[in-house]
Amino acid sequence: MTELNTLKIHEARDALRKGELTSVEITEACLKQIEGAKALNAFVHDTPEIALEQAKAADARRGADAPSLNGIPLGIKDLFCTKGVPSQAASKILEGFRPEYESTVTQNLFDAGAVMLGKLNMDEFAMGSSNETSTYGNAVNPWRRGNDETALTPGGSSGGSASAVSADLCLGATGTDTGGSIRQPAAFVGITGIKPTYGRCSRWGIIAFASSLDQAGPMTKDVRDAAIMLQAMCSHDPKDSTSTATPVPDFEAALTGDIRGKTIGIPREYRMDGMPDEIDQLWTRGKEMLQDAGAKIVDISLPHTKYALPAYYVIAPAEASSNLARYDGVRYGHRAKLAQGDGITEMYEKTRAEGFGAEVQRRVMVGTYVLSAGFYDAYYNRARKVRTLIKKDFEDAFADGVDAILTPATPSAAFGLGEMAEADPVQMYLNDVFTVTVNLAGLPGIAVPAGTDRQGLPLGLQLIGKPWAEDELLNTAYALEQAAGFVAKPARWW
Amino acid sequence: MSIDTETAARVAKLARIKVEDDALPALASEFNTILGFIEQLNEVDVEGVEPMVSVEPMRLKRREDVVTDGNQPEKVLKNAPDAREGFFAVPKVVE
Repeated sequence: MTELNTLKIHEARDALRKGELTSVEITEACLKQIEGAKALNAFVHDTPEIALEQAKAADARRGADAPSLNGIPLGIKDLFCTKGVPSQAASKILEGFRPEYESTVTQNLFDAGAVMLGKLNMDEFAMGSSNETSTYGNAVNPWRRGNDETALTPGGSSGGSASAVSADLCLGATGTDTGGSIRQPAAFVGITGIKPTYGRCSRWGIIAFASSLDQAGPMTKDVRDAAIMLQAMCSHDPKDSTSTATPVPDFEAALTGDIRGKTIGIPREYRMDGMPDEIDQLWTRGKEMLQDAGAKIVDISLPHTKYALPAYYVIAPAEASSNLARYDGVRYGHRAKLAQGDGITEMYEKTRAEGFGAEVQRRVMVGTYVLSAGFYDAYYNRARKVRTLIKKDFEDAFADGVDAILTPATPSAAFGLGEMAEADPVQMYLNDVFTVTVNLAGLPGIAVPAGTDRQGLPLGLQLIGKPWAEDELLNTAYALEQAAGFVAKPARWW
Repeated sequence: MSIDTETAARVAKLARIKVEDDALPALASEFNTILGFIEQLNEVDVEGVEPMVSVEPMRLKRREDVVTDGNQPEKVLKNAPDAREGFFAVPKVVE
């Protein structure tokens, strides 16, 4: 019999509905795997008591009419506030914080019957592309370069989520994506990750990084699982004024695999100088696969692509500097020990210096600078104007009849932990070059594993869809997944 | 635009993050790298372009101006590093 932790969500759901398995059995299998996978440092706060209690409750209500995720064990990114359970965005400044409330997305998952196994590692405040800025230490990619034992990054910021799903520690996980933080790690570990349209998922109770860009989404073992889990996560929420009342279509029902007559755009600006051959070849194969499935391939231009990263590195830090002002040592988390005579300003400054890691401090200060008097127009307003142009690029492409856009998910395969330590911060930012445009334009984007490089590491392709058309996007991703037939799993070493 | 250590110190102060004097040159240099990258935005013609306010053209929803929750001071203070007699406690702020 298959190890139960290796099941996909839809497989487990079907077996649970038929009464062939219990949630307690699947949950126990996952808890055992988590226990044996400390080397991955994916789960950072285990919640086995909550998991088993939820699993028993799920078993008590199982049957054909059970909710969509009834009894399915998931991992939850540390960015989500979960009632009574540590939720600290992988930051020292939120050490000891146990929310008195539940985020809307996790509540939606629990209402759908899901089981929480624990909280997952990530970059501090979701600022990073390698999970190396976490106060918990690095999460580790279960994949290795052949027999080379170099520890690789699972990507970031949702690195723990990526590592846990890829290593079958859970059936699926939540992620969040501000500039690529679901899609880049999904690509680095050979799983599927979708960032929905901005406004699909409520941001209430998700610790804020850049509010105009942040969106939650699922990280799963295949496209069908992504459809099922995303469905449960989405809702209109009065507690998030940017969450939409647009009806949520039935995502799973959209998975026919029929993309005949669809038009797929290939943006020429995504062919970067120095892009590895393997990424280029994978992109070409992806085009061929979609063409073979009956889609029409057209070359398109998204002329402002080059300016997406610079615009992002104004807008995201600006919003972060404002959002992170709340961490002042007064209401929650860490407060620095004060010296004799220290006043409230010293308390703020010492608390924030001790509590925030280097990358978070850097971004808060860059954000403070671009918003400061005299620079607001030159940096922040200019970046917001460029953002308008970036969104218009996509609108023009869709208006010309393009249904979805195919790009590589990342400019490389997973790199070694520590390999970027000497590089300047901008080098690390380039990881998001293919994904960040999608956040700036508020569009849905999905990473699908599509092949491996010559060292055996997974590589992903990204599909970008029209706003509010995640159903169509998931179906195109499903067709790509069927054609790519990616089934490789990391060889167990942990 | 080049950031000197004095500007770096001013930004750190505005952000309420304590940066020791000997760390300021490195910080200023990092700012310069990042701002150098951001300067590319000056190449774009943004004449007549509206700065984006909301990525989806939506009016922010309004709600009735009524109290929707409250009466939970224990929960509000639960995570405070220092809470006394129903209040957050901080160092003295008025002389």
